[in-house]
Amino acid sequence: MTTEAGSETEVKEKAEETSAQPDQSETAEQEGQEVANVEGEEKEKGKEKEGKEGKGITRYLPTWFKKQKSQSQTSPTKEVPPAGEPVSKATEGEEEPAPEVNGHAEEVEEKEEVKSEEAKEATAAESDSTASAETEPAREEKVEDATAKSEETTKEAAEAEGAEEEQKEKERQGHVEAEADGGESQTSIFQSPLRLVRKNKMKVVVCRVTLLDGTDFTCEVEKRAKGQYLFFKVCEHLNLLEKDYFGLTYKDSHDEKCWLDPTKEIKRQIRSNNWHFAFSVKFYPPDPSQLTEDITRYLLCLQLREDVSSGRLPCSFVTHALLGSYTLQAEFGDYEPDQPRPLDFISQLTFAPNQNKEMEEKILELHKSHRGMTPAQADIQFLENAKKLSMYGVDLHHAKDSEGVDIMLGVCANGLLVYKDRLRINRFAWPKILKISYKRNNFYIKIRPGETEQFESTVGFKLQNHRSAKKLWKVCVENHSFFRLNAPEAPTKARFLTLGSKFRYSGRTQAQTRLASSLIDRPAPSFERTSSKRISRSLDGAPVISITEAGSETAENGRDPHLELHSDSKAKEVDLSHVDVEAKPSQQQSPGRAEPAPSQVHTLLLDLDKTQDEVLKHQASISQLKRSFMEAPPPSPPQPNQWEKRLTSSPATTIRVQQQQVTPEVEIEETVVIQEVSRAVKLGLVPVTADSPATPPAEPEPKPQDQIEKVEEEAAAVEEVKPVKPERASSESESEEEAEYQPNVAASITQTKIPEEKEEEEEEQMTKEEEQQQVSPPVVPAPPVEASEPAEELSQEEEEEAKKEDTSVVEEKKDDQEEKESGRETEESTDDPMVTPEEAPEGLILPDETLGAKPTEEQERPKMNGEASLVEVDPRPQVICCSEPPVVKTEMVTISDTFAAQKTEIATKEVPIVHTETKTITYEAAQLDGNGDGEPGVLMTAQTITSESLCTTTTTHITKTLKGGLSETRIEKRIVITGDCDIDHDQALAQAIKEAKEQHPDMSVTRVVVHKETELAEEEED
Amino acid sequence: MAGLMAGFGHYTHAVVRGIPASLAKEALRTSQAEVDLTGARTEHDAYVEVLRTKLGLEVVELPADESLPDCVFVEDAAVVCGETALITRPGAESRRRETEVMKEALKDLNLNIVEMTDENATLDGGDVLFTGREFFVGLSKRTNQRGAEILADAFKDYAVSTVPVLEGLHLKSFCSMGGPGLIIIGSSEPAQKALKIMQQMSDHRYDKLTVPDDIAANCIYMNLPDKGHVLLHCTAEEFPESVKVFEKLKDHMLIPVSNLEKVKVDGALTCCSVLINKKANI
Repeated sequence: MTTEAGSETEVKEKAEETSAQPDQSETAEQEGQEVANVEGEEKEKGKEKEGKEGKGITRYLPTWFKKQKSQSQTSPTKEVPPAGEPVSKATEGEEEPAPEVNGHAEEVEEKEEVKSEEAKEATAAESDSTASAETEPAREEKVEDATAKSEETTKEAAEAEGAEEEQKEKERQGHVEAEADGGESQTSIFQSPLRLVRKNKMKVVVCRVTLLDGTDFTCEVEKRAKGQYLFFKVCEHLNLLEKDYFGLTYKDSHDEKCWLDPTKEIKRQIRSNNWHFAFSVKFYPPDPSQLTEDITRYLLCLQLREDVSSGRLPCSFVTHALLGSYTLQAEFGDYEPDQPRPLDFISQLTFAPNQNKEMEEKILELHKSHRGMTPAQADIQFLENAKKLSMYGVDLHHAKDSEGVDIMLGVCANGLLVYKDRLRINRFAWPKILKISYKRNNFYIKIRPGETEQFESTVGFKLQNHRSAKKLWKVCVENHSFFRLNAPEAPTKARFLTLGSKFRYSGRTQAQTRLASSLIDRPAPSFERTSSKRISRSLDGAPVISITEAGSETAENGRDPHLELHSDSKAKEVDLSHVDVEAKPSQQQSPGRAEPAPSQVHTLLLDLDKTQDEVLKHQASISQLKRSFMEAPPPSPPQPNQWEKRLTSSPATTIRVQQQQVTPEVEIEETVVIQEVSRAVKLGLVPVTADSPATPPAEPEPKPQDQIEKVEEEAAAVEEVKPVKPERASSESESEEEAEYQPNVAASITQTKIPEEKEEEEEEQMTKEEEQQQVSPPVVPAPPVEASEPAEELSQEEEEEAKKEDTSVVEEKKDDQEEKESGRETEESTDDPMVTPEEAPEGLILPDETLGAKPTEEQERPKMNGEASLVEVDPRPQVICCSEPPVVKTEMVTISDTFAAQKTEIATKEVPIVHTETKTITYEAAQLDGNGDGEPGVLMTAQTITSESLCTTTTTHITKTLKGGLSETRIEKRIVITGDCDIDHDQALAQAIKEAKEQHPDMSVTRVVVHKETELAEEEED
Repeated sequence: MAGLMAGFGHYTHAVVRGIPASLAKEALRTSQAEVDLTGARTEHDAYVEVLRTKLGLEVVELPADESLPDCVFVEDAAVVCGETALITRPGAESRRRETEVMKEALKDLNLNIVEMTDENATLDGGDVLFTGREFFVGLSKRTNQRGAEILADAFKDYAVSTVPVLEGLHLKSFCSMGGPGLIIIGSSEPAQKALKIMQQMSDHRYDKLTVPDDIAANCIYMNLPDKGHVLLHCTAEEFPESVKVFEKLKDHMLIPVSNLEKVKVDGALTCCSVLINKKANI
């Protein structure tokens, strides 16, 4: 799947480029890309064509999807379709890529359905190359598929976007920028007539965005556009490249400020007709001096000035004066002794909530001392002081503690702060937090046990209502992800259940954005500061010119440094841009893969790595993990070199960080209950998951319970799910009553793109363990089995996928027993490996299925998930066995054909029928210590090796446990082999075991679980 | 530059106060020790002399007030940070009036005066540890939450975290700053516990210097232009083991200051002066 993701991204990018091309003169780069595109296109052409001509696309599109599309682009009618996520995803796809393409694609579709002529014309006119047109449809298809995939898609999309952005950046850097952007803009210009026509048909909304300087930026956006689209529009308008620190907010129906989720449709979020937003700083960089561009710092300054003057960012008199003086210097330059500005001039400016003459005098006095300082320098000084303020970057939320006392919870880069009145009464650094969850109006954090404590504790807070609890939770998830992770976490994939908020931070993390911005190479853009604008009003007319230029010169459009267009000009721009908008929406989705290829997925859970080289690497990574784990260091920045290489080499490729670093992470267990039934179940779960401190050896017990519960849930979910449409899922996220997010220590997730992988389910199962997500190499095209369809509907039907998955889990144990003090020191323990039996079971199967397989799954999720879980269930018993202490199990084999029983007919025609055979084999060696728990210390590594036909993924979990003075380290390796050709499973397994033994001679293999899933049959809609 | 948190430990002025004769008998104390008034005065003179002569601070000496036996411990009466001085409301009823003269003196130094007027608030300066980046306020017998809140309000730039003081009179009875980012801490369990809390509450990292004797952990750190790091600490006669620890501070100018008598009435080194940096903020 990973592979696909990668390809998708590329496709998207290509799509953009392609779109741009026709209009613009082609740049060499573009050409190159084109070629690539073409190739890519051609591959899929066949499929696409089918789709096009035979209305094929429509055919396999789920009905809801079709509707959506048609609505969005063509038909004015809008339904507020129930389709939550899928739709949104689709939308995303659309937005992101080049607008034009979308337009074409849509048109194509539409031809048959509704309109024809225009579309054709447009197509012809716009796209010189038919090929592009063709391609587009394909993309769409993909998109759709992606949609089906569900969350994955979203993530991918996000990543893709990221990629795009980067690309853009590069382009800009290389001066090509202008062209690229220009491409868009030009295109829009050229096509404008057509588009205008179309416009009428499309539902377009005017968004008003209040910028940091207080001015409004208006732009038209297709009604279905996602948050991202608007955000990018704004950033483009601002000429802002380091945009990841920023976001858009809107006021919800309760007049509370909310962050606009970039991955979702705007319309669904605002839930009102008030298309008014504010551009704000979302993540305050702890060290603004590390920002690359002055313009970014300038915007941050604007935000902070507002924060300070409004009192949101409290500071002392002296600091007010100091900050004010830098503001003066930045805005007005040197103090002029000859023409001292009258005091009343200053008093027109607001520097502080309780500004008075004394302060103004002080400001002026200090201003004098800044003589010679450039505006940029003044901004830097401003920020250097502002960043030290204790409330800098702290997002406060009202809450009550367990005793009902009013407190404030502050979310910031370092963690969660608890304030009572002005006093900080507690602080939970991110590394101390194991899990963040909310349920109704309660917000919980599970705290890692301290040195002297044995068990983790859970701290609960009461928020005003469910909404605010969720909002806080989201903010926490985002802040944690942004500041602590190297790469955003994969959105929960299709878990068993669709339940729960899948919300995850989808943007770039600080580490990523830093890297990205380190590559910014454009000449510093000139920009006007508010006051200077004021001063130079006479020049206002000028901007118009720039607009014109934009029109004529493609290149310059978006990019030009003149960000600040005066109002008039802005308006014009808007029109243009809006054109783009229309086009854009359709495109993106391309990446989704439509056809399911029969693939085999083998999952081997082993302790081993495949190749010896890898072994070495692996070991290295392990040690690295250990180290990092021990130190619990801040996320190490991705290695620049790699990034650069990637960036440079393949512009098309999104930046993926595939490092396996151990960042303190967050594992996410979310549980959101969609329906009541499920809720009930969950409730049950919740308790389990959150082990109360009281529960002592939490692990062993909880797991089984969890599993059981899960099973129940799944069952429930399945039932429920069916009725529920995919859309719901999306909606759910909003309605969900609870969700969890677990920052895991170990997991390094590398992939930007491929989010999904295994984890989801496992997490739940593997309660404490973190797993890593593996980054699957984007490259491999075929392997994964995919049911391309939007499975959602499928979901119920069971599709059996024709996949084979073999999951083998080999646990090696090494028992070194050391007498340790009760304290568990993770680090040390790491060194002495002991095996904890338990974890394995959890890890077993699921992930891969998800991974390997298919985008489809998401859609299917309900079912698939359910199935998956079922499958898992089988293995679980093993788990139980494991938990039995001294019992030595030599071998245990479980073979189940789960699916046969479950198969259900698929009602939907679109759904492919897949038969899946699942086999699970477990091998367990004697265990010295039966207790399993994995707890606090878990480290993981993941490696993915991809070849054309095979995709092998190795995940390593290292768990340390201190029990009664013994430290145990268990290493669990999961190897997933996915491929569409025949694989000699036995051999693979044998080799894996052998390697494991070789690799860890001092450890013993205690258990091997092989889970094999085979796709017996597959239907491809395509 | 007036920058925030710039120049930690840089002081230009010190406010001290004389020892009233009533100190020997009436000053509050947690132990029943006999105070040698003369000895206390001698000690105090030496202390002031160090500040004035050795360190070159401008010392403002307030007259003793016989009706205020504890008045020598000026630290409790005011918290000065930057250009702002918070006049406290001492937890001990008998000491409330100590702030009057202090307030005047600080006013004369052109500091922005903030008064703690809330009847429910109490705060002793001895419970306030300023690290250069933030404040820790000990919640003790003398200081309550409300007092800490008012302090937080007075110094808005800084985080103010509360730390329960389970044993000992004040937070600074077992800790103090030994440099930027260096906390000197006593080795007793309550002291170590308090340190843990402080570390947990802080976004900043602090090094710690653990000394065997809690009271020896109360030192005065300064960073003076021509002298660099300066640490006034207990003498070897009082706490030989702790002094050995201080001697490991190679970068510091170490100045042992005797405190044999005042300690009997719970007076530590920091208690006897309020340090001010008049030029800190432009």
